[in-house]
Amino acid sequence: MEKMVTMQVIFIIVSAITLVAAVQVVTNRNLFHAALWMMFSFLGVAALYGLLEAGFLAATQLLVYIGAISILIIFAIMMTRRLMQTTESPYNAQWIGAGVAAVLTFAVILGVVLQVLPLDAGFAPSSANPAVAAAIEQNVVTLGRSFVSADQYVLPFELASVLLLAALVGSIIVARPDMEDKE
Amino acid sequence: MIPLSWYLIVAAALFCIGLYGVLARRNAVAMLMAVELMLNAVNINLVAFWRYSDPSHPGGIAWAIFVFTVAAAEAAVGLALIISIYRQRDSVITEELDILKY
Repeated sequence: MEKMVTMQVIFIIVSAITLVAAVQVVTNRNLFHAALWMMFSFLGVAALYGLLEAGFLAATQLLVYIGAISILIIFAIMMTRRLMQTTESPYNAQWIGAGVAAVLTFAVILGVVLQVLPLDAGFAPSSANPAVAAAIEQNVVTLGRSFVSADQYVLPFELASVLLLAALVGSIIVARPDMEDKE
Repeated sequence: MIPLSWYLIVAAALFCIGLYGVLARRNAVAMLMAVELMLNAVNINLVAFWRYSDPSHPGGIAWAIFVFTVAAAEAAVGLALIISIYRQRDSVITEELDILKY
């Protein structure tokens, strides 16, 4: 019981940090600060993965999102001059409609979730159970096996490598300055 | 422990914050950042369902890894497009990017 309440308090703190940082991402006038808040929000999501006992995903989140994607976005912010200025409004003309749409979407999802799952029920299989504990401990092994076994995810896995290669080559071609301009 | 619905509600809130950002922001890079928030919200759901159904089946985390991959590719191509547009039009404000309209 004691441990339950502690975990719930940790969960609430972590989610509050994640959501406050996310609100800052979409409202902050200074885009560079918004990018830093986005890194903070990703850190909160990584902590949520940790609470879900998915340690491998938490580490991947740190490496891929905070280490790579955020840095890429910060580079893009620094390479485009007008992004840093904070005088004009960060919102377009449809921001009220966008707010209404977001609140309505949240209300619909909340209604469905609460109808299916009450707030005080639906607990995870306890890791005190040895079978569950073994499954969680072995999850990186089973994940790795599932990526290379023919009856599971080998096709999406190989397609993902092709996708990354295509994205790499494509973004170099798209972002490269025109050759005629130089000559 | 923590009920499943708490994770789903936090993920829904994160998704809707991202949705607002995509619809309301003027700047293309800020829209891309909001899309990343939405992808993270989906990942929270995937991992929560993995943990709360059957942890011995890796489907949930496998899909979360694929979402990571696609998000990385999307960010790279999206930012390349934004930099290319910035070179040509000297702006990344989405309202000023209207050549496809005519």
